Amino acid sequence: MIEIHGIEKRFGRLEVLKGFDLSVEPGKITAILGPNGSGKTTLIKSILGLVIPNGGKITYDGQPIANNWQYRRHLGYLPQIARFPENLTVKELIALIEEVRGEKGQSASLIQRFDLQGFQQKKLRQLSGGTRQKVNLVLTFMFDCPIYILDEPTSGLDPIALIRLKDLITEQKLQGKTFLLTTHIMSLVEEIADQLVFLLEGKVYFRGTHRQMLQAENESNLERAIAKILEKEHAENP
Amino acid sequence: MLKILKYSFFDLIRSRWSIIYFLFYFVSGMVLLYLSNDVSKAIVSLMNITFILTPLIGTIFGVMNFYNSREFVELLLAQPIPRKRIFLGMYLGIGLSLSLSLFLGMALPFVFYGIFGSSAIGSLATLLLTGIFLTFIFTGISFYIALVNENRLKGFGMAILVWLFLSFVYDGLFLLLLLLLQEYPIENLAIGMSLLNPIDLSRILIMLRLDVSALMGYTGAVFHRFFGNGTGMLISLLALSVWTIVPVWFILKKSHKKDF
Repeated sequence: MIEIHGIEKRFGRLEVLKGFDLSVEPGKITAILGPNGSGKTTLIKSILGLVIPNGGKITYDGQPIANNWQYRRHLGYLPQIARFPENLTVKELIALIEEVRGEKGQSASLIQRFDLQGFQQKKLRQLSGGTRQKVNLVLTFMFDCPIYILDEPTSGLDPIALIRLKDLITEQKLQGKTFLLTTHIMSLVEEIADQLVFLLEGKVYFRGTHRQMLQAENESNLERAIAKILEKEHAENP
Repeated sequence: MLKILKYSFFDLIRSRWSIIYFLFYFVSGMVLLYLSNDVSKAIVSLMNITFILTPLIGTIFGVMNFYNSREFVELLLAQPIPRKRIFLGMYLGIGLSLSLSLFLGMALPFVFYGIFGSSAIGSLATLLLTGIFLTFIFTGISFYIALVNENRLKGFGMAILVWLFLSFVYDGLFLLLLLLLQEYPIENLAIGMSLLNPIDLSRILIMLRLDVSALMGYTGAVFHRFFGNGTGMLISLLALSVWTIVPVWFILKKSHKKDF
């Protein structure tokens, strides 16, 4: 599984990740939360090898991921923004990702699940934002990976697609898959996440279940608990 | 790499701009050929268009394509595939699709006109070759500039400045230098300066091929006298190859370290 040790990342003078440890629990859904700019996306991208940390170590199954690309075979990634080559069709894009990964994906059932049957021959530039996000989901889930990393998976989805996504995640979890996701939709976190990791200014501020977080902050829902943490933080470091 | 190349190529070749680019060369070639009725003249006129337009289009496509595929690159980078294959594939995809538009757009009018059997076929081939070289060189340079600059406006501006410099400013500076130093033997300097500008190199290559001394200009004449036509062309070809490889080397080096 994924282990993070003392990870540090700077962009110029801006310290985004300030050296923390984190291990991703297998078979669980971990939500990474935090205000804008707290380092969520940087953390995810470091795990994927898109961002190269300045310090610390990330390992997958005990092997360091630096200068290694093979381990990505075990990761399914859903990027935050779904933008693809404009003149390719949905079908061609799926074929492209299959060729790049060198394995056949199970796209047919996902295409049906997200009602994309009529869009397969459409060029990607003709698709709406929500439809592109569904294509994005197909690309991520069509491969059988032990870990899925989802960056804002719900963006642009209509309520039906959202329910189908939640069902999909739950089904996959039952098969023992591990999830790491970021989102600003607290109801989604309350509903599906087993673990919360709350990042604040490049460090892990809280780690535990959502019930533990509510108890710690003495609040009735996550949104309020988080708002309270942020207000406290703001009062200490104005 | 070939997989990325294939899709990047298909994506671009279907874009409206590739077709417009093709049509531009096709129409220009037709008009020049049928109006002048002289293959050599048409080639020289086309050369003048090519040497401005090809680097410009390579520059614009290189920058735009990189910035437009920024999010898609992230998706590709998260796949089990080494970084260099992604960027090499993308770069070659742009270069090849532009080269195809250029090749067909320029060659077809000559084919219709009946170039086969004419002695000018070698000159046309040289023009096509330099056009393809310039496409790859400027695509490579602008792709690298886009890779280095997160800020799109800055990247775009810098790439255009490089094109402007190599297309126009460089020649002016060159001429000024030759004028200032006209009392001294400056052949070596002239050769050196020509090697440092791929557009000049391409021009020299074609002039040596056409063997029109009146059009050679100073550097062409120097090349001609120093190396003769054969060696002169070989040297320009070698220098153009170096110009093609260097940006790719920089792209690979930068892509290895970059955060996305």
